[in-house]
Amino acid sequence: MESEKRGPSRRGFLTGGLAMGGAAMAAGAAQAGEKAILELPPWTTQLGDGVDARPYGTPSQFEAHVRRRNVAWLTADPVSSVNFTPLHELDGIITPNGLCFERHHSGIAEVDPAEWRLMIHGLVEKPLVFTLEDLKRFPRVNRIHFLECAANSGMEWRGAQLNGCQFTHGMIHNVMYTGVPLKALLDEAGLKPNAKWLLPEGGDAAAMTRSVPLFKALDDCLIAFKMNGEALRPEQGYPARLVVPGWEGNMWVKWIRRIEVGDQPWHHREETSKYTDLMANGQARRFTWEMDVKSVITNPSPQAPIVHGPGPLVVTGVAWSGRGTVREVHVTTDGGNNWHQARIDGPSLDRSMHRFYYEFDWDGKPLLLQSRAVDSEGMVQPTKDRLREVRGVNSIYHNNGIQTWHVRENGEAENVEVS
Amino acid sequence: MSRFLNVLMLAVLVAAPAAAGQLGLGREAAPDEIAAWDIDIRPDGAGLPEGSGTVTDGEEVFVERCAICHGDFGEGRDRWPVLAGGEGSLTADRPEKTIGSYWPYLSTVWDYVHRAMPFGDAQSLTDDEVYAITAYILYLNDLVDEEFELSRANFAEVRLPNEENFFDDPRPDTPLAAEAPLCMSDCKDEVKITMRAAVLDVTPEDGSNPTGAVVVETGTEPVAEAQSALDPALAEAGAKVYKKCKGCHQVGEGVKNRAGPHLNGVLGRTAGSLDGFRYSKAMTAKGAEGLVWTAETLNAFLEKPKSFVPKTKMSFKGLKSADDRAAIAAYLSQFTE
Ligand code: HEC
Ligand code: HEC
Repeated sequence: MESEKRGPSRRGFLTGGLAMGGAAMAAGAAQAGEKAILELPPWTTQLGDGVDARPYGTPSQFEAHVRRRNVAWLTADPVSSVNFTPLHELDGIITPNGLCFERHHSGIAEVDPAEWRLMIHGLVEKPLVFTLEDLKRFPRVNRIHFLECAANSGMEWRGAQLNGCQFTHGMIHNVMYTGVPLKALLDEAGLKPNAKWLLPEGGDAAAMTRSVPLFKALDDCLIAFKMNGEALRPEQGYPARLVVPGWEGNMWVKWIRRIEVGDQPWHHREETSKYTDLMANGQARRFTWEMDVKSVITNPSPQAPIVHGPGPLVVTGVAWSGRGTVREVHVTTDGGNNWHQARIDGPSLDRSMHRFYYEFDWDGKPLLLQSRAVDSEGMVQPTKDRLREVRGVNSIYHNNGIQTWHVRENGEAENVEVS
Repeated sequence: MSRFLNVLMLAVLVAAPAAAGQLGLGREAAPDEIAAWDIDIRPDGAGLPEGSGTVTDGEEVFVERCAICHGDFGEGRDRWPVLAGGEGSLTADRPEKTIGSYWPYLSTVWDYVHRAMPFGDAQSLTDDEVYAITAYILYLNDLVDEEFELSRANFAEVRLPNEENFFDDPRPDTPLAAEAPLCMSDCKDEVKITMRAAVLDVTPEDGSNPTGAVVVETGTEPVAEAQSALDPALAEAGAKVYKKCKGCHQVGEGVKNRAGPHLNGVLGRTAGSLDGFRYSKAMTAKGAEGLVWTAETLNAFLEKPKSFVPKTKMSFKGLKSADDRAAIAAYLSQFTE
């Protein structure tokens, strides 16, 4: 594929990008005209594809390098593994469906919607079974929420490891869900007075389960069947998944088939062996549900170096909090000595990603870029060292520490940590 | 802020539907339906079916169905999960979190093994087999002796050693919560780089993404160009059958040997001949005798792996249906070396 040639390796991409930057700069003082203007390109003179060529549109061939990527050494097998959202290629707050990171435990279940059923049973007046058609007859809502894996940035607990925000922060996506409030379904079945916990279960070959406290389910959980307007993608739980706003991604059970109502938690594998946070003293936190306030600069970053040289520079990134909205984001260019207020642009929604910008005139000197978010609860994104003081380095999950990118004179960026 | 934002926020406010009453949607779940799906087990033993199994029985099933990934003693082959050992390691620099050293409840073992294992053949174990395997895993963790039998009756008596070491989420962790007033200028005396990712450089290179390319990224079975002799419908059916093999075998671009050898170009391959895969003696011996994989020999092998190659270490019960066997052969024929 021709487009593949554009991004065969990170190094190739870097040098290509720098060369382009050089050309642009020279063009600033151009004497002779540019080929891009003087010569007619084929798309200006020839006919392109007709309306029947791309019945389901795909991105431009020149964007083929924009894709999810995995880290092969992380897991034993890609069937129980994770890939990462290319945050450095995106803007605004919505993640396109095909770029939403994936994490599944036994591969993608290809569920036939005609055979999909949702059962609600346990401590209810009347155990019920719903079809997808039934589900779509309930009043529905639209909500934009981020979904972050609790292990996002988990590889960075012991120090800077991966060069690129796709890998350090890409276990997150932010889409608009259309679905039915879980409360409506539970009301339909009628909760018994001693109901306190739910056990949602997936229909995949991992039969994923998590214990969810009833208060959360009644508050804001959804059974969603659409993302960004279209049916859920298979890898995101088609035809229906649980949405648990602000809480760790593992609880958002995909391919959901069953919800049992009970009076105590189940302590299943994903809330004991996994998704518990081991502290330095050997004890472990459990039921660590909320995703704390966090942010990251997506551009520039190791996969997205500065290619235009000194002058006006747009620094941008995303911020989010599982406890509310993001109130403010600060950006530093000197490793945390001086901070500047960043500009949040676009919708500021509850438990959704926020987009921030910080524009300044870059003098071409090295930068130590960081962002620091503060949420509507007043929670402040901590430094990684601060987190380590409290939690040690073996807790795997919930690393919301401040990320540092070291940008060199040539515009290349590296994942570093600073004192 | 922007008008767009105001409109959006307003939309969210008015969007909350009136408290849903009962709409009369859905139908009552039948008792046998609930029984079929209600497979979860709780620490107090709720949900456990009747049944029992001994350490000795468990060892047999484990070696047959689990050891290929988790090792005969739960030590974990390659990067597959470790199920035993690690006692006292939770405060170590590199903790080893296993059922014996970390898991709080035995019910979780029963529940998980029953719902999700063996990987790629979930919910195929009988209740007695799950009791037996659970007993064997306890034995591997030095928590019971080899005479032990686990049953529904004595289940709740078994406690895992690390149960007391879990506590509920204490966040916000006090020192992290209130950092106000936030320092905005002249916050540090000096700033030094203390660590660089380049030192380790474990970042995958763009484009070279062999394991992900096939299974994770496309999310579908690899669709190879149909060859002239290939029946596309049969090959498509084979793609479905292949899901039974996928836990152990890879095909397509950038394949690696997993629990089983990769199957690119398997038709025409001498049995047990792939470099870099540790076959059983039985399989290499078959190859030395001249066994080559063809549609016919593959058919015979997959019907009853352990009869066709006695002592093979492929712990797969085989494909009963002749249609499935024909389909998988057609499917595999698409992947050449
Ligand atoms: C083909 C390889 C394979 C086979 C065979 C297999 N497993 Fe697993 N096992 C896995 C993988 C992969 C995981 C992790 C799955 C995930 O990430 O969710 C796992 C996880 C587990 C875990 C949880 C480990 C932890 O620390 O959380 C247990 C327990 C387990 N397996 C038991 C078994 C038993 C018992 C059998 C046999 C009946 C078995 N497995 C067969 C691959 C295998
Ligand atoms: C639980 C893991 C597992 C499963 C599931 C499995 N295999 Fe295997 N397979 C193996 C192992 C291990 C070997 C090596 C056997 C030996 O050395 O005795 C093997 C060997 C083979 C071979 C011989 C390859 C060679 O290089 O000689 C073929 C062919 C094969 N398997 C096909 C299949 C097919 C087709 C399926 C699915 C229908 C399947 N296997 C399912 C583990 C598995």
